[in-house]
Amino acid sequence: MNVLAIDTSNLVMGISVLKDGIVTGEIITNLKKNHSIRLMRAVDELMKETGTAPADLDRIAVAQGPGSYTGVRIGVTVAKTLAWTLKKELVGVSSLEVLAQNGKYFDGLVVPLFDARRTQLFTGLYGREDGEFKNLAADRIILRAEWLEVLKTYNRRVLFIGTDLPLHQEAIADAMGDLAVFGTAGDNIPKPSELARLGMEKDPEADVHAFVPSYLQLAEAEVNWLKAQNKQV
Amino acid sequence: MDELILAIETSCDETAAAVIKNGREIVSNVVSSQIESHKRFGGVVPEVASRHHVEQMTLVLEEALAQAGLEPSDLTAVAVTEGPGLVGALLIGVNAAKAFAFAHGLPLVPVHHIAGHIYANRLLTEMEFPLLTLIVSGGHTELVYMKEHGSYEVIGETRDDAAGEAYDKVARTLNMPYPGGPHIDRLAQEGEPVIDLPRSWLEPGSYDFSFSGLKSAVINTVHNATQRGETIKPEDLAASFQASVVEVLVEKTFRAAQEYGVKQVLLAGGVAANKGLRAGLEARFAGSQYELIIPPLSLCTDNAAMIGAAASIEYKKGKRADLALNGVPGLDLEAQ
Ligand SMILES: [Zn+2]
Repeated sequence: MNVLAIDTSNLVMGISVLKDGIVTGEIITNLKKNHSIRLMRAVDELMKETGTAPADLDRIAVAQGPGSYTGVRIGVTVAKTLAWTLKKELVGVSSLEVLAQNGKYFDGLVVPLFDARRTQLFTGLYGREDGEFKNLAADRIILRAEWLEVLKTYNRRVLFIGTDLPLHQEAIADAMGDLAVFGTAGDNIPKPSELARLGMEKDPEADVHAFVPSYLQLAEAEVNWLKAQNKQV
Repeated sequence: MDELILAIETSCDETAAAVIKNGREIVSNVVSSQIESHKRFGGVVPEVASRHHVEQMTLVLEEALAQAGLEPSDLTAVAVTEGPGLVGALLIGVNAAKAFAFAHGLPLVPVHHIAGHIYANRLLTEMEFPLLTLIVSGGHTELVYMKEHGSYEVIGETRDDAAGEAYDKVARTLNMPYPGGPHIDRLAQEGEPVIDLPRSWLEPGSYDFSFSGLKSAVINTVHNATQRGETIKPEDLAASFQASVVEVLVEKTFRAAQEYGVKQVLLAGGVAANKGLRAGLEARFAGSQYELIIPPLSLCTDNAAMIGAAASIEYKKGKRADLALNGVPGLDLEAQ
């Protein structure tokens, strides 16, 4: 199976091409640069470099979010358009699940995280169960303090990973003590080759048109509108 | 061989795709409007607009190709609105266009949104140069002079609010729902312009516009009347406001047509649907040497057919974008 994987859901941009199930190429940057300008150029470059024509693809895998709203939409728009117009399968994968793969051989729990402002996190809980590395508690947006209370109840070692760790590491260490383990360097960078593998293993979307980003929260205007509606009732 | 351009437009709250043949013929024209969603908020919310665009984009593209009965391999090029507009909204169209062009090895043509509005007219009548276009919409009020295809000189623009913005704000003062323009226009037909409101001519010879003073005058009129316990007929207020806007727009357009010695005068943009403006222009230009062209409503509001029409000219000029094309919210028309 040939898979093109795209992740622009956060600061890290990742593209990978899998050919006959083998990772043939990967482009990763961790830069404050514009995904809209760079994504298609990088896709073009990697496809050419690996000798892959658009028609050769079987699937497009995309990091579906959570993350930067604009970033997620760029990746999802490109993935949907490619899958639809090339009549290929589309697979959406949680951006947190992609990042969590970096800890899949860790003996304990794995918590990927992205900063969601105002001391909130986009995060989830991953780990091994019945010999399989998988999601153990749903992805969510949650106050950091509240999430750490939840994690403490497991009384297990937890590996925290993500490029936003510097913003939260101190608070996590204070709350979790020796139970907290932190990723370093490359551990914190989601790997598009892992996204491609997950894209190969998971079931494709039934309806490409209906596929939407996983924002994990409503637009602020929607929240305010709903509040106003409730007041009127 | 026929030139067939697939065009995409997502600069504000319409997700649109169209196929245009040889720059002048609409083969298909699909618009998915979000207006019902934004009405709740009293205006377009950028984040909500961007979310809707992602939901609609591929559906609209599929519909445009299906209605045209075309395959990607039949196409000459893909065109997309590069700007101006809401950046998050523009990005959806731009990235979809890039992915589509990449998938099928098609040339990519970037289009200025206002050039699109102007070229909507070419879907009706062949353009004759030099010409003048009055563009009036929620975001723009401009007079653009063109000496030939693809050449744009902005000779006048608004210094504060766009005309459409002024309509929306006045409508809010009169407690009307968003979008206010059509409501004011309808109300104005039933009233008389008996309230004295200012005309903003600015300095002599200027083709620029300003509507914030007029908007404040309307708000003050309502406020003062309320304080004195008087009631103003909303119909009369709407008629008086519209009379001021239309008089300035029409008169400046006419003077510019004279000074620049144009052959045609075109109307473009969403506010071109306004009955008062249409009637005002028709009356002023009747019997003049200038041919006045006013497109039907469906081509005045945002659509992709107009982008395809403008793209045909840019395509022939050799304009191309590479895969680094980005959405540019403040794109300059004169640099096109
Ligand atoms: Zn417009």
